Amino acid sequence: MMARWGMVIDLDRCTGCGECMAACHQENNLATAGPEETVQRSRAFHWLRLMPEFSGRYPEVKLRFLPQPCFHCDNPPCVRVCPVQATYLSEEGIVGQIYARCIGCRYCMAGCPYNAKVFNWYEPKRPRGVERGANPNVSLRPKGVVEKCTFCHHRIMRAREEARAAGRPLRDGEVSTACAESCPAQAIVFGDLDQPGSRVSQLARSPRAFRLHEDLGTRPKVTYLAEKG
Amino acid sequence: MNRREVEQPDHVLPTAGREDEELLRAVEKPGGGFKVTFTLLALVILGAWVVFSRQILFGLGVTGLNQPVAWGFYIVNFVFFIGISHAGTLISAILRLSKAEWRRPITRMAEIITVVVLAIGGFHPVLDLGRPDRVLNIYTAGRLQSPLLWDVTSISAYFMASTVYLYVPMIPDIAILRDRGARPQWLYSFLAWGWEGTPRQQAVLERAISILMVLVIPIAVSVHTVISYIFAMTLQPGWHSTIFGPYFVVGAIFSGIAALLVVMITLRKIFHLERYLKEVHFSHLAKLLLIMSLLWFYFTFSEYLTGYFGSEPTEMRVFFYKFSGPYAPYFWGMLMLNFMIPVLILSFRRTRRIPGILIASIGVVIGMWLERLNIVVPSLANPRLPYPTGFYVPSLVEWAMFVGGIATFVLGFALFARFFPLISIWEIREGRHLAVPETVARIESYLPDAAPARAGTEPEGG
Repeated sequence: MMARWGMVIDLDRCTGCGECMAACHQENNLATAGPEETVQRSRAFHWLRLMPEFSGRYPEVKLRFLPQPCFHCDNPPCVRVCPVQATYLSEEGIVGQIYARCIGCRYCMAGCPYNAKVFNWYEPKRPRGVERGANPNVSLRPKGVVEKCTFCHHRIMRAREEARAAGRPLRDGEVSTACAESCPAQAIVFGDLDQPGSRVSQLARSPRAFRLHEDLGTRPKVTYLAEKG
Repeated sequence: MNRREVEQPDHVLPTAGREDEELLRAVEKPGGGFKVTFTLLALVILGAWVVFSRQILFGLGVTGLNQPVAWGFYIVNFVFFIGISHAGTLISAILRLSKAEWRRPITRMAEIITVVVLAIGGFHPVLDLGRPDRVLNIYTAGRLQSPLLWDVTSISAYFMASTVYLYVPMIPDIAILRDRGARPQWLYSFLAWGWEGTPRQQAVLERAISILMVLVIPIAVSVHTVISYIFAMTLQPGWHSTIFGPYFVVGAIFSGIAALLVVMITLRKIFHLERYLKEVHFSHLAKLLLIMSLLWFYFTFSEYLTGYFGSEPTEMRVFFYKFSGPYAPYFWGMLMLNFMIPVLILSFRRTRRIPGILIASIGVVIGMWLERLNIVVPSLANPRLPYPTGFYVPSLVEWAMFVGGIATFVLGFALFARFFPLISIWEIREGRHLAVPETVARIESYLPDAAPARAGTEPEGG
């Protein structure tokens, strides 16, 4: 049975601490862009970013952060426009990027209504020593290609192998992404949306559930749970 | 050195005539000006590539592009240059097809613009690639569902068609140069393709031209339509519009006519073509430019009013970014240069003279470039989700390639003028000797038939 991976982010639990972002960087060997690139040249480099959301008027301003990974749309606009099929929707619903094929035209970035993709403007840089401690399960990207959140797809593969070796089906909760695993408030839940009993599929049906810009028909697989009260 | 002093059967076309000898002067006795121009332009282009080498070494980071504004000057210039290319082939094909007799001294220049500018514009997306070394993936792994592939297909077809469409009507002129012993002789004898000016060859040539001119029109229209589709097929506010196809085609023809006028006025001055490019030619083209300006405004008005009236929040952010935000100078500048100035200048006969036309045309070329900028950048700079937006400021590398692109355009013309006549000699001669009686006959055929008593003169259609 094919899984359909998805994620629920409970904004009522989220504290905006940014641990998910840091964990994602470490897990997926993301390059560090540095303050000059990030701030002055507006080239922040994250697969999962904290999206600022302001509400109210000065002085009663409320600032919140929404953790925003790639939404792995079931109808992904980025996949439709790629000229070389370097980005695709896998059978399990993960929107992947083939770094070895991408020509770096950035059409997918222009086409994504959520700005979920990032581009390697330079040869990716990492602080000294980090290279050696890189996660061996995630490939390093060259300069000039687009990259994106993979729903920690290497973890899914590993878990599936382990389950197969033990001769049992993959259990709910057995696979988790780096962001979900690291969240101190347990705001992020990852799992199979097609498995009726899974936590993620139950939470996704919550009355608090909403998805960003569903009106575009992109059918995102990341669901947010609105704050209570 | 005339190899053939054979008598010409009814046509006087292939041999060089005394009367149009001055058109060959730039080829046969090039002045020192060419060498100076060539050297200067070559240096500029070389300089541009030297600056560009930084991008090859370090990656696209050396440009001013950033995370929401992932496309900038390269794509703007791509759309702009390809737009200019509609000057040529399309206008020349339409004028030929509609038997506009005043086309004769204009068509060749128009066609050169197309070929030169297509080569420049078509190369721009490659400059924009993060991995230009993988550009051939487009062929090995291409997805025909992607609008980018439609572009590759359409632009290649247009480049092929317009190159052939430039070359085929040049054959008799190249033969004239060959027969007059112009150097390099091998070039002219090769390119003349054994032209002898026999009636059969003449007939084949005319047939080829008429097939090409019909063929080239849908291709040209398709080119800018699919370029607009790159934008229109996404869901982005300001791009996702059904009128983008025709809007882009209109803009392309508009900027093309303006570029053609600038080129004509410049070359007329440099090569003293006043006898050929007369006030009337400019006046006719200027009227076309005026019509296109009005048409362009109509499309622009419809496009922006639709966006404004619906007032979707995402659409409005892009709208006000242009209307009163950071892009206001470019937006209003575009309206001034594309609509107000040309309409004011070109509407009145008193100002519709060469100096006025030159000002209006230069304005339109700049204005249309601004239009491309206004389309590409603001939509990207205002994404749907709150994003740390940075203002897009093109870097030195991007400016260098822009200047290099313009220098390549001028160089293309300089080289062409050095080796080939800028005005089609045989078509001018055909105009003198054959078109006048033909036109008279055509006009007569439009007139009402004589009174029924006697069956009279014969119309020949068309």
